[in-house]
Amino acid sequence: MPNLIIDGKQIEVPAGTTIIQAADKLGIDIPRYCYHPALPVSGNCRICMVEVEKQPKLQIACYTPVADGMVVKTNSPKVVEAHKTVLEFLLVNHPVDCPVCDQAGECKLQDYYMEHGRYDSRLSDVKVRKEKKAFSIGPTVMLDQERCILCTRCVRFTDNITKTSEFGVFSRGDHSQLDVYPGKQLDNNYSGNVVDICPVGALTDKDFRFKCRVWYLAQTKSVCPGCSMGCNITLEWDKSRPHQHKKARVMRLRPRHNPDVNDYWMCDQGRYNYHFIDDNRIQHPQLKDDLISWDQAIDTIVIVLKSLHNSNNTNRTGVLASAQLTNEDLFVIRKFFKGTLKGAQVDFRVPEKLGDSDHFLIKADKNPNTAGAFSILQPDAEVDKIVQKARAGEIDLLYVFGHDLVKLFGKDVVGQIAKKVKLFVYQGSNVNDTCSYAHLNLPSSVYAEKEGTFTNCQKRVQRIWPAFLPLGEAKDDWEIISLLSTKLGTSLAYQNSQAIFKDIAATLAPFSEMSYEKLSDKGMILKAS
Amino acid sequence: MEKIVSRNFGQKDSHRLENYLKDNGYEAARKALTQMTPAQVIDEVKKSNLRGLGGAGFPTGTKWSFIPQANPKPKYLVINADEGEPGTFKDKYILEQDPHALLEGIVITCYAIGSHKAYIYIRGEYIKSLETMQTAVDEAYRGKYLGKAIMGTGFDIDVVVHPGAGAYICGEETALLESLEGKKGFPRLKPPFPAVVGLFGCPTVINNVETIACVPPIINKGAEWYAKLGSEKNGGNRLFCVSGHVVKPGVYELPNGTTLREIIYNHAGGIPNGRKLKAVVPGGISAPILTPDQIDVKMDFDSLKAIGSMAGSGGIIVMDDTTDMVWAAMIVARFFAFESCGQCSPCREGSGWVYRNIKRLYQGHARPHDLNNLPGIVNNIGGNTICAFGDAVTMSVGSYVSKFRSEFEAKISGRVCQI
Repeated sequence: MPNLIIDGKQIEVPAGTTIIQAADKLGIDIPRYCYHPALPVSGNCRICMVEVEKQPKLQIACYTPVADGMVVKTNSPKVVEAHKTVLEFLLVNHPVDCPVCDQAGECKLQDYYMEHGRYDSRLSDVKVRKEKKAFSIGPTVMLDQERCILCTRCVRFTDNITKTSEFGVFSRGDHSQLDVYPGKQLDNNYSGNVVDICPVGALTDKDFRFKCRVWYLAQTKSVCPGCSMGCNITLEWDKSRPHQHKKARVMRLRPRHNPDVNDYWMCDQGRYNYHFIDDNRIQHPQLKDDLISWDQAIDTIVIVLKSLHNSNNTNRTGVLASAQLTNEDLFVIRKFFKGTLKGAQVDFRVPEKLGDSDHFLIKADKNPNTAGAFSILQPDAEVDKIVQKARAGEIDLLYVFGHDLVKLFGKDVVGQIAKKVKLFVYQGSNVNDTCSYAHLNLPSSVYAEKEGTFTNCQKRVQRIWPAFLPLGEAKDDWEIISLLSTKLGTSLAYQNSQAIFKDIAATLAPFSEMSYEKLSDKGMILKAS
Repeated sequence: MEKIVSRNFGQKDSHRLENYLKDNGYEAARKALTQMTPAQVIDEVKKSNLRGLGGAGFPTGTKWSFIPQANPKPKYLVINADEGEPGTFKDKYILEQDPHALLEGIVITCYAIGSHKAYIYIRGEYIKSLETMQTAVDEAYRGKYLGKAIMGTGFDIDVVVHPGAGAYICGEETALLESLEGKKGFPRLKPPFPAVVGLFGCPTVINNVETIACVPPIINKGAEWYAKLGSEKNGGNRLFCVSGHVVKPGVYELPNGTTLREIIYNHAGGIPNGRKLKAVVPGGISAPILTPDQIDVKMDFDSLKAIGSMAGSGGIIVMDDTTDMVWAAMIVARFFAFESCGQCSPCREGSGWVYRNIKRLYQGHARPHDLNNLPGIVNNIGGNTICAFGDAVTMSVGSYVSKFRSEFEAKISGRVCQI
């Protein structure tokens, strides 16, 4: 394996590695526009030039393979001068309209110019005018041709990753412009990614643009709950301006790199599926038409549970858990309903229609934790039977986690259930049609407010982190069940979700080698049992 | 002096196969295919000191020897007939007046490199060349000089004539390959070089028309004969295209190493109307310009390189003392700005910027700092780009500014040009 020195630091890398890859491994940041680790090398921006000892000319780091004994400098005066030179060229026809550009604050032209700019401008000529500014090229993305530096990342993304080839560079010389092909729109399931990889303000996201300057954004690591792929994401939320955008907290989602799951990408369905975090939330416990306190809510359930317990009828409890819940939630549900409360009928496999899917990141199962729910709940009750029993009056307590039964079984069925069962509890984060039939509605937190883990379709257990506190009086699902258990006199004694996960690892063999520390950012695969 | 490549120029119907055959046509091909091994052919061409006449001057035999024969992929020969370098019009003569000389060269070259398919990529504006070349190819197929088992040997060869679409950059060999593959003419990153990964990902030799037309005479008469014609490391004759302010512009076949003075004054008839020479471009517009005191230079690759210019494509553009050098520089800069492919940033943005800067100078709208900045801007393009186009901008435009700076200065602040 070639051994080389970059800026005085030694590194050994496999043959065929490029200088920029080796530098990335060392944590040495070589500026880049056209280079993207997941796309074929194009070598057109020329800003990643480095000085290689014994080579008369500067070399582009993105294309030059390492060699044994190579000595590379990424910040010599010659290299810095090259950065200045390329930046100056890139700005010759750039409008420099940063004050009205949504990219400002996360623009690589700005960032690199701050570091290595010429500052005293020599650009006094009229700029080449390009046609399309604030131009819609599809349902999700806006194009600004004059801000484009023609790095062709988006072209290569649609050519190589989505293979939809909407983009091209048209015309020649400094009249070259990025555009979609005539008659085409940027309309594929992964269109939002081109905004992420665009290093400048040429491609901006219709959903996000002008909502929030990026320097107001806080970032929290998470996992997309939109399907069983479990793409790693970053929640970007507005931490300091609650008066903006109907008090919405989350401004956008962006993919987080995980080479074993989603690489650098996420689908549009997942990307734009965040409004439920702030909209249409259940914020307070509610019994029929009355808002009640958590104490009252817990008491209401505990009275029913006690009577079932005393009459040896705990099997008249039906629980519809959900694969939207975290492993921790599900484990507490298991402990309480299948342990403390012996004989309760628990299942999560509601008869959902499969969603659309592709051979990349979109999975037909739209739940983030089906694999986790299987291995933790080990269900055997069957949802259909529970529903039938509830209609037939054979269930006294029906406890539903987040499912919209109206959508799944129809109004008539849910209406019958509401009449037949003694207590119909709906515990969920958002209002749906089932809420109006349920006797008791309990507000639970959404994934963005939770700490926990999801198990994706690869059986990879991945962590989510809480970005902010639950809205209103909402509580984590496990916490609500813990309250029930405590009130019933059998405390589950979990302080937090980490404690639950420790118990999971101690109890269930597939999780036995895991801990939050070990899961870290990239997750771990369940052990085959 | 014996003419080689231009021996049939100007003769009636010189492009017809029957006339080409009268003068031992295709006998060199027959000799190579029947009496020589491919390695012997390459060796002969190496010894002849034939160098690439498209402009780079790379030794031709050496280039052929780079083809990896162990590679199981098909090998291709591509003839670069894009001839877009301003001041150059020699290949056009070969294509239109002696197309069979090129075809015979193609047959020999294909045999030497183990290729069975050759493409002739002809500049799209060369309508007549395209027609003549296609006619010649058809004739050669009929006469069994192309096709299956040519000339009774077991060797197969197909030749395709392909028109370009009007971009100067497609004369750059890897851009040409992209264009030939049906893509936009963007130069490729190198390495790999075309000899290893070329057309359709296969080993490919790309040679200029004139280079390949020189091959049959070398095989016929031997490498020593050819090498002796030229200068030390640059064998044979060369077609010089003389244009601009001369009495007799045209294509002149002369030995490599003939002085520029001799070409301008003895062969092209000197400057008309008794005017004085002011400047001369020795090898196409990309070559740095020369001043009258430099015209005793020998016209070969090494001698021109030694004085900071280049032999390039052999396009000699003569400018007399009526020429406004700022105007000339503007025309050159405009050409490069128009023809930059736009792939990499220094050339895409720099070439247009340089043009607009010089245009402002020419129009008298410039300030002193515009001229002071110009050499730096021009210098920043070359050496930083994917292909040699950027270097050409730097070298050529830069030479006008450095050698005729007083004329540029005269344009500043309302002062009028001295001419």
